[in-house]
Amino acid sequence: MRSLGRMLGFVLAAILGWRRSAQRHAEELEGIPPGGRDVDPRRRHVPADPRAELLVALLLLLTGACGVAVVVLLIVEVANGTQWLGLAFGLGFGALAAALIVAGKRVVPQELAVEERPKFTDPEAVNETVEMVREGGEGISRRGLLAGAAGVAAVGIGGALIAPAASLGPNVANRIDDTPWRRGTRVVDARGRAILAADVVQGTFVTGYAEGASVRDVGSPIVLVRLDPSVLRLPAGRPLAEWAPQGLLAYSKICTHAACAISLYRYPSFRATQPRPALVCPCHYSTFDPARGAKVIFGPAGRSLPQLPLAIDAATGELRANGGFSGSIGPAWLDVDRGGQ
Amino acid sequence: MTRAVPLALAIVCGALAIWDLAGKPPSAPAQAPPSAGGRVAVNGLVDSGRTLFQQTCSSCHGLDGRGRQGRGPSLIGAGAQAADFYLSTGRMPLADPSDAPVRTKPQFTHAQIRALTAYVATLGGPPIPRVDAAAGSIALGQESFAEHCAGCHQILGRGGIVVGGIAPPLQQATSTQVAEAVRIGPYLMPRFTRAQIGQHELNSLARYVGFTKSPDDLGGWSIGNIGPIPEGMVGWFLGLASLLVVAVLIGERVRR
Amino acid sequence: MIGRARRANAATPAAKAPSGAPGAPRANAATPAAPPAPPPLRPGAPPGDGRVPRAGDATVGWLDERVGAGRLARAAMRYVFPEHWSFLLGEIALYAFVVLIATGTYLALFFESSTAETTYVGPYAPLQGQTVSVAYNSVLRLSIDNPVGLLMRQTHHWAALVFVAAIVVHLLRIFFTGAFRKPRDINWMIGVTIVTLAVLEGFAGYSMPDDLLSGMGLAIAYGVAMSIPILGANLAFLIWGGELPGANDFVSRLFIAHVFVIPALLALLIVAHLAIIVRHHHAQFREPGNREDNVVGAPLWPAYALRSLGLLCAVAGVLLLLGGLVQINPVWQWGPYNPAIGTNGAQPDWYLGWLIGALRMMPALEIHFWGHTWVPNPFFGGALFPLVVFAVLYAIPSLDRRLRRDHRAHHLLDRPRDVPRRTALGASFFSAVALVFVAGSADRILITFGMGYTTQIWIARVAFFVIPAIVYLVTVRICRELRRLG
Repeated sequence: MRSLGRMLGFVLAAILGWRRSAQRHAEELEGIPPGGRDVDPRRRHVPADPRAELLVALLLLLTGACGVAVVVLLIVEVANGTQWLGLAFGLGFGALAAALIVAGKRVVPQELAVEERPKFTDPEAVNETVEMVREGGEGISRRGLLAGAAGVAAVGIGGALIAPAASLGPNVANRIDDTPWRRGTRVVDARGRAILAADVVQGTFVTGYAEGASVRDVGSPIVLVRLDPSVLRLPAGRPLAEWAPQGLLAYSKICTHAACAISLYRYPSFRATQPRPALVCPCHYSTFDPARGAKVIFGPAGRSLPQLPLAIDAATGELRANGGFSGSIGPAWLDVDRGGQ
Repeated sequence: MTRAVPLALAIVCGALAIWDLAGKPPSAPAQAPPSAGGRVAVNGLVDSGRTLFQQTCSSCHGLDGRGRQGRGPSLIGAGAQAADFYLSTGRMPLADPSDAPVRTKPQFTHAQIRALTAYVATLGGPPIPRVDAAAGSIALGQESFAEHCAGCHQILGRGGIVVGGIAPPLQQATSTQVAEAVRIGPYLMPRFTRAQIGQHELNSLARYVGFTKSPDDLGGWSIGNIGPIPEGMVGWFLGLASLLVVAVLIGERVRR
Repeated sequence: MIGRARRANAATPAAKAPSGAPGAPRANAATPAAPPAPPPLRPGAPPGDGRVPRAGDATVGWLDERVGAGRLARAAMRYVFPEHWSFLLGEIALYAFVVLIATGTYLALFFESSTAETTYVGPYAPLQGQTVSVAYNSVLRLSIDNPVGLLMRQTHHWAALVFVAAIVVHLLRIFFTGAFRKPRDINWMIGVTIVTLAVLEGFAGYSMPDDLLSGMGLAIAYGVAMSIPILGANLAFLIWGGELPGANDFVSRLFIAHVFVIPALLALLIVAHLAIIVRHHHAQFREPGNREDNVVGAPLWPAYALRSLGLLCAVAGVLLLLGGLVQINPVWQWGPYNPAIGTNGAQPDWYLGWLIGALRMMPALEIHFWGHTWVPNPFFGGALFPLVVFAVLYAIPSLDRRLRRDHRAHHLLDRPRDVPRRTALGASFFSAVALVFVAGSADRILITFGMGYTTQIWIARVAFFVIPAIVYLVTVRICRELRRLG
């Protein structure tokens, strides 16, 4: 209780002090015309402070010592070298900063000076300039023709200057939709081993690639999951036998929002109390429902992940693509193929 | 090459730590071989486990471990690996079946966990996976972690967000728990089969996770190893703030 | 040598300039016509006894004979800086830029801008034997094998964070004191351009090492570039040289942008910014003796020069200390990037945090009809939002002129409380931006307190509209109260 009272006292004192200083400030300002009260603020004060000079000298010596330490640290190899170097370097500059600041405030003369502000507006000069510009065009009769021709020149040469930029990259055309997946392309893992249908069981999350594709090809990576065929609600036109044999599903791993890799698979171990399976992007947390054709159920993505139809090789049990993606992979643009959405 | 010594030291320390951790899995006795002499002891363990199970677990998992509608899953086929994982990480028992299981201090003693694990093992399912972090390759572990785990757990195992849940940080996980989680896919996590992550890769993952507990912070104070958010805070509240103090000192006026 | 007439005046209070004639030229050193008089070093010292050391005398003389430096130097040394700490914010940014140039030059000597593949064989065990890009490999070698490389790289990165932070605080000071008004509106525009370029420059630097985080950042940037209506895809292909992750020369493009094009533009703009400040002279607060047509404060020589150099050293010192002691962007720990992997909670550097916030807060809206997608989703958060913010920033001087019907030039600053509506509108605007910032980064913190991610996003979406309104009302109220007090 007492400490509470003391705290209140503090607060009260603080408020009163604040009000008082505010009042003082108001008094100072009182009666100042818009341009400011015309007093002469100029002051000059020579500190003549030998102790400050000594302090500056000490700080400068410390700076020198730190500099030597840096050199020594570079010659003698020590553990945690980056830390020691940073410390020596940083303290050196810190000491130099302190020396300069102390010198600037306690050693050299302190002065409050007044400088006139340069005047900008000079209507006479402006008029003369305008006149000179006008005179430069004296005696020209075909103004319109010249202006038009100059315009043509500007547009032409401007276009010519910009045009080389077009060689910086290819036209989009169908480069995004041209993925390495064809009917029959084998699905392999990051080390090039074939992925078997039996390897993808319910609850696993497998990243697959098109056989032979470059690791830098964003058209290649897919996520493979398996769900119970009875819970699948794929969009119309995607029969399970051709798109999700045995409940196996493949979607492009590149998020349709901003091209990050879909590297989260939320798979509940107990459906009754836990959220349903979802594919999630770790950048902006767009959340897709694999059971419904990777429809967006949360987050900013504007369309589903494109699905890759799958087939199981009867002889080997290997997974193969059963065609190309259901739509364009990756972020949307003007001509994006939304996969019938 | 100045960093060769601390780096080598760190690697040796890391390897030692991993070897140490790998050396004592928390509940290795659960896989005691059923030799003729040990069978009685195992049976005794199972009996005490069953009793404990019926007292503390059956309200959700049922008296016989077959689960209860809307409260808890069946444990038939869960095996010792799941029982050991959930109990040794304190994720089970849950106060409320709708809670998310998170890592806490285990609520059972070692002996009780062994007994419960032995009982759940009798319901069928995989044993506690073997893992030998020291035998793994740390580089393969890094690569595998980046491919399979970083999306949820963050590349240095600092944990992360899953919409609808969180992926826990892994600094407290033992190698055995890492292996168990990989195979089970607890709570919202997917699981990884032997075809996908083989024994060597599993060892390597465990080794990498062990390494992330004290990664090589060559740059100094690690500020959490999670990247730009704490970096931004340090930039503002340490870097710019200290410079503002200097500015205030410099800008202090000459008395008028 | 310097300001003799003025010095003589100031030293003896009796000799003050007549204050009754403000229009009359004061005995001022800046006036070239001021007659040079022998400088008394200290009372009683004989005139012309070598106040300036002989070497300095010779130097100044040498320069004066060749480039006429005498008058310039005299004027410069008497240039007056108002004394208030908030006038040093821009200087902090300037000095951080100096540190950036110095450390960046060192780093550029080691960086190899190529995405060609190589095998890492250095001492960092978790990456040994992994296939990495040449660019990433060079950053690893610089950071791990070079004895000063990591210090330089970390100092550079900290300097970048502090550079943009100092600019932002400087911008806020300029806004809330009305220093952006005529004639300084031109410098406001240059300043806003500097922030824009600084953010781009930072992002290019963050993207160059080709580690996991920079790769994910570039993927997002690619998504945003693609989302620009109609032209997006071709624009992205021009910048990246093809589809993500870009042609092999893409890192070279980032490199040239980061070490030449953008820094050169920044340097030019900074020089223009400073030149215009010198032309205008500093603005100043309303205080006794301060008028629209004068500047009151410390002359450059000697006190201010020493203090300002001290600030330069302080900036360098703090950044080097951070660079040595606090780890930033440990690229070896992030590992290499490939488009099929990601790490949870990947974040850009703080100055892009508002974009990730906006991208995350935006609902799944995409405008498509007639078989085309006219506005893809990332456009709203990643392009439109920053465009609106920067457009508002550019428009502030003219908005203020119109709203306040004030077209005059101003050299005396406002106290924020004296213009409650401007202050409140500004606070409201900046609070909306700040909220998006928080939405982009607080997830990790809030989720440890048990708040679900979806709940957070919904709160942020609502708060984006509610908070600025509340901030406006509260700020107006606070300004009125403060004004009543004084």
